[in-house]
Amino acid sequence: MPSRIFVTGLGFISGMGSNVQENLTSLLNLRSAIGPIRHIETNLKDELAVSEVLMTNEELMKYAGLQNTEVYTRNTLLGIVAANEAFSHACLNNHPGIRIGLISGTTVGGMDECEKYYQDFLTNDSKNSFISTYDCADSTEKIADNLGLKGFMTTISTACSSAANSIMFASRLMKAGKLDCAIAGGTESLTKFHLNGFNALKILDKQPCRPFDATRNGINLGEGAAYLVMETEETNKKTGNTVICELVGYGNACEAFHQTASSPDGTGAYLAMKKALDMSGETPDTVDYINAHGTGTDNNDLSEGRAIEKLFTGKVPYVSSTKPFTGHMTSAAGSAEAIISILGLQNGIIWPNMNFSNPMPELQFRPAGEMIRSVNMKVVMSNSFGFGGNDSSLIFKKHGIH
Amino acid sequence: MTAVNVIYINGLGNVSPQKTTDNNHFLDEVNRTQSNRLACIEPNYRDFISPDILRRMGRLIKMGVASSRICLADSGCGMPDAIITGTGLGCLEDTEKFLTTLIRNKEELLTPTSFIQSTHNTVSAQIALLLRCHNYNYTYVHRGWSFESALLDSVIQLRNGRTSTVLTGGMDELTNGSFEITSRLGHWRRKPVDTFELFTSTSRGSIAGEGSAFFLLSTTASHGTYAALTDILTFNRKDSVKSLPSILSGFLNRSGIMPEEIDLAVCGMNGDSTSAKPYKELTDSVKNAGIAAWKHLSGEYMTSSAFGLWMASMIMKHGQVPEAAVVRNCGDRPINTILLYNHYLDLNHSFILIRKP
Repeated sequence: MPSRIFVTGLGFISGMGSNVQENLTSLLNLRSAIGPIRHIETNLKDELAVSEVLMTNEELMKYAGLQNTEVYTRNTLLGIVAANEAFSHACLNNHPGIRIGLISGTTVGGMDECEKYYQDFLTNDSKNSFISTYDCADSTEKIADNLGLKGFMTTISTACSSAANSIMFASRLMKAGKLDCAIAGGTESLTKFHLNGFNALKILDKQPCRPFDATRNGINLGEGAAYLVMETEETNKKTGNTVICELVGYGNACEAFHQTASSPDGTGAYLAMKKALDMSGETPDTVDYINAHGTGTDNNDLSEGRAIEKLFTGKVPYVSSTKPFTGHMTSAAGSAEAIISILGLQNGIIWPNMNFSNPMPELQFRPAGEMIRSVNMKVVMSNSFGFGGNDSSLIFKKHGIH
Repeated sequence: MTAVNVIYINGLGNVSPQKTTDNNHFLDEVNRTQSNRLACIEPNYRDFISPDILRRMGRLIKMGVASSRICLADSGCGMPDAIITGTGLGCLEDTEKFLTTLIRNKEELLTPTSFIQSTHNTVSAQIALLLRCHNYNYTYVHRGWSFESALLDSVIQLRNGRTSTVLTGGMDELTNGSFEITSRLGHWRRKPVDTFELFTSTSRGSIAGEGSAFFLLSTTASHGTYAALTDILTFNRKDSVKSLPSILSGFLNRSGIMPEEIDLAVCGMNGDSTSAKPYKELTDSVKNAGIAAWKHLSGEYMTSSAFGLWMASMIMKHGQVPEAAVVRNCGDRPINTILLYNHYLDLNHSFILIRKP
């Protein structure tokens, strides 16, 4: 029997704040986390605008209450902080009978330490303790260890849609009866590796990003982690956790167009949103808000904008990209923006698409320019698209509405 | 929508250190070497990929695309409903290339090609791109559970009744850099070993390997069906109170079978004395079954269970274990039920059950 999937816990760390409440406060105060590079040692230090988590690795360790017995990459530390918050939010420790899984998305994995010590790994005979923390699963395994989880876990890497795909797979595992509850999301730290990679692709903006603006000029990269606790309706009867909202739809499609670029007509974006909508039982006119992928690149915003216009013919709901707040959190973007969408749903707020002033001539609709409060919201959609054309869309619905 | 009970393996494609690209042959000629690392016998990629695309492709992408093409052709499926891959470390060659240039050039004069190809989902994305396949596309990257996660997702997709074919694969490549680093971690034998004496010459470390194996899974059987994929389980033994035999009987119980019904156990033993114990426990708990192994043929890597499942599927179709893979003979016992057991560094354990279709 297809079970309903409820969201009962949230955990979120980004440049805007170290927990959900701090992130919400920043959003409400229109406080962007985009700024100059502080922590990461790179030649691009004075050139790029990014969104960095304020805490250093040492501070993150302290914040997460970790001992020095293990080595942790920044990716892992961010993941532990957000997963801990989500887990404690849903009070899962008191329910030993339920099968809890961890599904985490990441792409750069432990590259932050690897790029510092690669030569050391290859040549230095005194073992560097970061030598086995490079792969993507290292953060997932350590997040699970830290939470005392011994059941199912896996890691997904579909570039910038990794965390959205983690949420989808978690839901499918529960619907298939493999799990009762899941912690799903993603984590990504900034690295010299992908800062330089995106820079070589010439898609980074030196100024704060301007998604859906005619003058948009690229991405600001960001870092952080975000996790959702999800449980089946049956499990929720046992845990008694407060239901934040319901995950009612999701879709995944592949652009099959180009390794990094989106198709001009947004085939993948359209298919992902369409699948999600069909699954949710909602119609284009019942969706109240779309948190767009909206990276601020020429290519993405045109492609996604056209796909939105095609699916929501004639009546495009409120649309905004919140990347001017958080930066592009790459593998963590899907779950971070799912949480931002859910916070909007909970509080009746349409988040503004900051830095927007010039409409794109190719599009009929305009993104939400300013914050709109007291909106009666029921259904929100969150889009995440990645390299390889791995496109995903999630739909959340307010609980108790039929 | 009706629930699907049986999932069929209708096609195989395997690029490995053995001659495995032609499905009409099954290890009748085996590559036996004296080494601590095995490299793939790569096919002529021009048979599968046009030269202009081939020129830019990283090595793992080529291996992945070629093995997926062999698999699709073998199955007769032109357009799968989903493409799901597992890779422990992804496109290492491109990652190392970008990283090394970044370090050497001090972040100057970088070109994006190797960065573009460095993401773990490049193989599944390139397969989709060449097929123009807009369907579901996922990549799992969890060490010794990467391929298993892909397989589990495939099973869930097929059982939900909306998907009838999935192209599923596991792939990893070995580079000089990754061999060097994992050597430092003590993963490999210090001296070359006769690959056929890997299991008898007990000492620390295994032999490094690589490969890419694809499977076409379907809800309907075909003339070429190899086996029925019955069940899959990934499990962790950290602080586990359950013994391996009890985890096994719980797993088999889900399919309504007893350990005595296992005709053959295909095991991931790799010659490393420090991780041999679980394999011993397993083989002791299926006393009447034959035992086969694959890592002396493929080498050890995070997705080597894909080679294991390829071998198990071929054994099911041929009805016998190739001589090179036999660890314990099962005599004349017909092979109807095969259990695949693997673990990676005693951290990521998995069972896969296949039966005669």
